[in-house]
Amino acid sequence: MSFELIRHDTNVDFVGLRKYAYILSAVLLIAGTLSLLFKGGPQYGIDFAGGFNVQVRFTQDAELDKIRTALNSPVLPGLVVQDFGDAADHEVLLRVSFADQSTNQVRDAVSAGLDAQFGAGAHEIQRLEMVGPKVGADLREKALQAIFYAVLLIATYISGRFEQKWMVAGFMAAGLSAVVYVLDLLNAPTSMSVIAATVATLVLCVVLRLKYALGAMVALIHDVMIPLGFFSLMNKDVDLTIIAALLTIVGYSLNDTIIVYDRIRENLRAKVAPSLDTVINRSVNQTLSRTIITSGTTFLAVLALYIFGGGVIHDFALCMLLGVLAGTYSSIYVAAPVLGFFKPRIDVEDAPKAAAA
Amino acid sequence: MGSLRWRALLAAFVIVVALIYVLPSIPSIRTSSLGAVLPSEEINLGLDLKGGIHLTLGVDLDTALANAITSAGQDLRVEAREKKVLVLRPRLLGTRQLEFTLVKKEQQPEIDDLLKARFGSFDVTTREESGNGQMRYVLTASEKYIKYLEDLTMDQALKTIRNRIDQFGVAEPDIRKQQDNRIIVQLPGLDDPKRAINIIGRTAHLEFKLVDEGADVQAAVAGKVPAESELAYLVDKRGGAEVKTPIVLKSEVVLTGEYITDANVQFDSYGQAYVGMNFNARGARIFEDVTAANVKKRLAIVLDGTVHSAPVIQDRIGGGRASITGHFTTEEAHDLAVVLRAGSLPAPVTILEERTVGPSLGQESIDAGMIAALIGGVFVVVFMSVYYRKAGLIAAFEVVLDIMLILAGLAAFGATLTLPGIAGIILTLGMAVDANVLIYERIREELRHGESVASAIGNGFSRATVTILDSNLTTVIAAVILYQFGTGPVRGFAVTLTLGILASMFTAIFVSRIFFDAWLARRQPGTQPSI
Repeated sequence: MSFELIRHDTNVDFVGLRKYAYILSAVLLIAGTLSLLFKGGPQYGIDFAGGFNVQVRFTQDAELDKIRTALNSPVLPGLVVQDFGDAADHEVLLRVSFADQSTNQVRDAVSAGLDAQFGAGAHEIQRLEMVGPKVGADLREKALQAIFYAVLLIATYISGRFEQKWMVAGFMAAGLSAVVYVLDLLNAPTSMSVIAATVATLVLCVVLRLKYALGAMVALIHDVMIPLGFFSLMNKDVDLTIIAALLTIVGYSLNDTIIVYDRIRENLRAKVAPSLDTVINRSVNQTLSRTIITSGTTFLAVLALYIFGGGVIHDFALCMLLGVLAGTYSSIYVAAPVLGFFKPRIDVEDAPKAAAA
Repeated sequence: MGSLRWRALLAAFVIVVALIYVLPSIPSIRTSSLGAVLPSEEINLGLDLKGGIHLTLGVDLDTALANAITSAGQDLRVEAREKKVLVLRPRLLGTRQLEFTLVKKEQQPEIDDLLKARFGSFDVTTREESGNGQMRYVLTASEKYIKYLEDLTMDQALKTIRNRIDQFGVAEPDIRKQQDNRIIVQLPGLDDPKRAINIIGRTAHLEFKLVDEGADVQAAVAGKVPAESELAYLVDKRGGAEVKTPIVLKSEVVLTGEYITDANVQFDSYGQAYVGMNFNARGARIFEDVTAANVKKRLAIVLDGTVHSAPVIQDRIGGGRASITGHFTTEEAHDLAVVLRAGSLPAPVTILEERTVGPSLGQESIDAGMIAALIGGVFVVVFMSVYYRKAGLIAAFEVVLDIMLILAGLAAFGATLTLPGIAGIILTLGMAVDANVLIYERIREELRHGESVASAIGNGFSRATVTILDSNLTTVIAAVILYQFGTGPVRGFAVTLTLGILASMFTAIFVSRIFFDAWLARRQPGTQPSI
């Protein structure tokens, strides 16, 4: 008939394999989380930490050590020199801490130092960014708020949409807002509020027995923590574009999860199989070729961006690549099996509905 | 059949409108005769693609308030004297209160009348006898007045910065007020960022202050500054090297740059450049009064906290003219005259954030993005056509249509295309096929279950549509939140992502269906769809 990447009668026992999947996820998550804890949170780029970024292009290869010695100046405290983009471009990125110096002072110090070492005209300052500490703190605050509202809205939407529990979903939203309000009154740092809000969401999902929302949330945290942990392990900066990538991953991860859930719900209603595990397996298998095709095309499009998109977009594309991989994997191995935690109740709850349908 | 024709017409209409919006962004078309009839909206490129400067400026409103209240104190003294009422030491108390002493307490009715008539923005919060028949007054600025002053300061700051940029001559500058006393300035395509920042970021806050002749300069340097005085440094650049001499000034500002009507470069008899200024009538009067009252004393000219000169006042100075000398180069004097003429900023302005992208880097980013999009796009198109054959060709056509719709949407809404925005388009390339894949897989499944071709297509579309709406809504939620909390490039990304999702839903659900229905209507009995 036609091509099939995944044979339509494929029937992998995903639920049976979940133990191995949990071990893999746990190893990745624990490694990332330990790294984050050990380093006291993500390594913030200048967007959040404040400071200067200077992107410099040389006409020919310049040794990083020589650049470092050339730029030993009080105007450039905390100097970090690293390679940037393609090796053929001879570009480096300089990071300088903020100590009340102006951009013009930094520009002059960099130009003078590099001219003295490599000769005039051997370098060009292509990009210079300065973020003051106040703006950095504001941007951090805003990014965290964005994550919080994303979590809140999505949890509410999924509970309402999938379980027809709009009231309960509303209750959960109210509960979450209350938690954040109290933390706000206590002047807790926003990072604390986000972690607390996420934990509160999970607890509320369990208490209110919102199984789909719980599964989606677990998958979402999984998919965001893996790139974040990886970035921490690789000592890569988290800046505004990375937050954008993470929020896109949130959307993508849920997109994937919901497609599997839709099928599980449909199969539960149609009463196609006797046990929930069989339903989950069948649903995941039925949507498998779609999952692989979409993830494949998305992965390759982002891979093109990673390889050809240039240095500035490099980390963004890397984060997206990790997110697409984690999201695909989690919708198969994490989100669906989590539904099984509520097994005893699900059968009772869904049986009358299924009979009525 | 009738419905099919209408749907096809609607789709064609959307495509034509999209084309109308996309075409003007292509330079060769914009300049041709066709460009004249097309809409003028074109896709804005963000500074990260075009090159240029992005600045976030913070306006120090507290200082502006302090200046305004101090100057109200000066006005009060002058106006009281005209009514033969003597008022002593009007000065700022805290950040928003004004304190002064009424010398004769029996003049209380007169001063109260004056306060009511001319200083209604202040409430009298303290009115007490302070011995010697004197009265101590404390006035508090009303909330409404403070709000008014803050708005005024922001507007003035905005106007001043715009004036300066106009004098600098930048094409299409974008200057915007933001919440939290912030101003955003975007200067596209500028390749000499250094001088521009010098001119924009310079407060050019000009103050005239009397020198505290009685103060011990050495003690002040050691930290013992007399009350109501402050330590400053006189900077002299004679002979090239900067020499800083400590000097003690009275804190009270006798005159500020806000009264300047004109400023220009002049040269003294040695050919040394200096900046001459003219005051308006009110400024001229204050200047005359101050100089008359302080003959043989030194008056310091303070620009942005640095004392440029502190000449001895030889005589009352009428005519409203003053000058700033300080061994400037001609270029420095010129830039200083520009900022003074354009209006000094009503309050100190600090650069909170600055991003400068060179024009060559911007072009490289566009090129790199285009290559990535092209390669990603070719891959997706080839894969879909091979995997789903004719139906895949439809999907491939739709991917191209999606990109056109995104670009048209960006142009129509006047949104800005940024580097992350290009990333958003490329991401959409991959995700755009998702809706098609969902539909096609569903149709294949239905066919396998032995459904008739027509009902397999019908069921495939209707069942997949629910899933598509559900799954894409969450991505839209994430994008809306990104837009709400993001700034600059991140917002561009959110807009592109949202447009991409909406476009792919439209093409996969609506446009695809037209192709399938058209095929169904024309097919020979018994043929299978190529999917």
